[in-house]
Amino acid sequence: MARKNKIRERYRWHENVQGYLFAAPWLLGFALFLVGPMLFSMTLCVVKWNGITPISPDNIDFVGLAHFKKIFTEDNYFWTSLYNTAFYSLFSVPLGICTSLFLATLLNAKIRGISIYRTIFYLPKVIAGVATIMMWFWIFNPEFGGFNVVLRKIGIVALGDGLLEHIPALGAFFERNQITWPPAWLADEFWAKPALIIMSLWGAGGGMLIYLAGLQNIPAHLYEVAELDGAGRIRQFFVITVPMLTPTIFFNLIMSIIGSFQVFAQSFLMTDGGPNNATLFYVLYLFRKAFQQFEMGYASALAWILFAIIMALTMVVLKSSKLWVYYEGEKR
Amino acid sequence: MSAGHVSFWQRRSTQDRVWKILTISLLCLLALVFVAPFYWSLIASVSDLDGVYASPPRFWPEKLHLDNYPRAMTVLPFHIFVFNSFYVCICCVTGQVLSACLVAYAFARMRWAGRDVWFVIMLSTMMLPKQVTMIPHYIIFLNLGWVNTLKPLIVPSFFGGGAFFIFLMRQFFKTIPLELEEAARLDGCSNFRIFWDIMLPLSAPAVATISVMSFIAHWQDFMGPLIYLSSFEKYTVSMGLRMFQSIYGSFPHYMLAASNITLIPVLILFFLAQKYFVQGIVLTGMKG
Repeated sequence: MARKNKIRERYRWHENVQGYLFAAPWLLGFALFLVGPMLFSMTLCVVKWNGITPISPDNIDFVGLAHFKKIFTEDNYFWTSLYNTAFYSLFSVPLGICTSLFLATLLNAKIRGISIYRTIFYLPKVIAGVATIMMWFWIFNPEFGGFNVVLRKIGIVALGDGLLEHIPALGAFFERNQITWPPAWLADEFWAKPALIIMSLWGAGGGMLIYLAGLQNIPAHLYEVAELDGAGRIRQFFVITVPMLTPTIFFNLIMSIIGSFQVFAQSFLMTDGGPNNATLFYVLYLFRKAFQQFEMGYASALAWILFAIIMALTMVVLKSSKLWVYYEGEKR
Repeated sequence: MSAGHVSFWQRRSTQDRVWKILTISLLCLLALVFVAPFYWSLIASVSDLDGVYASPPRFWPEKLHLDNYPRAMTVLPFHIFVFNSFYVCICCVTGQVLSACLVAYAFARMRWAGRDVWFVIMLSTMMLPKQVTMIPHYIIFLNLGWVNTLKPLIVPSFFGGGAFFIFLMRQFFKTIPLELEEAARLDGCSNFRIFWDIMLPLSAPAVATISVMSFIAHWQDFMGPLIYLSSFEKYTVSMGLRMFQSIYGSFPHYMLAASNITLIPVLILFFLAQKYFVQGIVLTGMKG
């Protein structure tokens, strides 16, 4: 009996060692590239240092919570960048979810050539990078860019001209805020953020694929029953499709919020935060502090504030999920 | 049934037809909208300077200036950028795929103390914004003397390959029948042999998916090269494009020709691996 236990124990020990050996790359990476740097970053928050000079008391000043105090009370750029990022997130996330859900619903219909449409919608998401940013930079050109050319062609510009002329309040608003019409997009303080939001919608195909997978898991009998009860297509969409997809929407919502708060390359390459800081996003500001002004302590404090904001938003979504996310097999 | 009466089934089929036509026309319209940016940049890239700044703007070029492409590639040493990018991508794909598969196997099939706790921790790292570790990473690599080399872009890939890939591979390993593994174990196969000779070959589609995803992600990476690379002999294509923009920014036709060329490898890979992509999404389901 005792011998049997001993063998079993040795076997279990052997299994543990092997398990940890296989997982070792990630565990090592977790310690070296995550936990270590996070602790390092926490200590950086309370010091003033440029990150380049050797680590010695001569180069590094302990400042306590002074960075945080300065960020919250004196730093206008912090508030501007936070406002810009929140604005971007507030519009790009819900609009992105609606667009991808809409595309997925259309694609779920039994139509020939679905895979071609799927490719067309998904491609922009896959190839998003510096090259597509350059592409959009040209498209948003107020004079020669494709966007305004099309707006002129289909009469939106003329329609806007008419509205501005006939609704005095609107005209006065545009005049007071010096808003251009037709939109100068990236060159105009008012239109720059909407331009980047429009550009983000072009990448809605990623979410679309996830929703499409979710749609195909919804049992067909639900729709059959609804049809017999006389529910139309639009009603079916809101009563069956949306509730059944809420777990997918929930996950996508969290990931999109996290992603939208990290928006960087677009504004760095197209506007460099301008015009008049209208596209100075949080990560762009953090990047400037860290790698252009070399205030590593201050930038680390900014990074932790970003982390806290993202965590708080995730928690809010998580807490709210009880109210709107439907899990199958759960009584409501 | 009287003539004025339409039966339930007839009504349904007319309604179906209306919906179908509506869906198709919406799909076509949206497809047009999604393709338009590509088209606009494509025609600009084969126009001359007068063509891109023409008034009224032209919807197709008067004459094809295909020589924009070779010219855009030679005004800056793009062959160096392309080489660097390929080098980084191939190293990173190797590292990410190998290490992600190993770790995923440990999470999917092996029993070890603390496995489930580690799994939750690993998944939660997906939510950590990388800006938190960006500055410490820079300082560490600076002190190792790795700044302005390609090492900071490559080396981290060999440590697990990121939570998403591990998760994706684990989900795939879980779908492979246990019997195969048990039979091999009875024959005296070690864990590594089972992993290498049975699990990996059976997971070819998933391995293809994460390889392509990893390649594209590193090809497009901008922030990493921006932080670590300072001399142009080390630049990857995304940094090369940025350099192009700062020098030839007022020549949109060259700028867009260069951009389009850097998309070619991504496009080829995407079309080769398209069906795996879709499978990967279905597999992870990403249902939280």
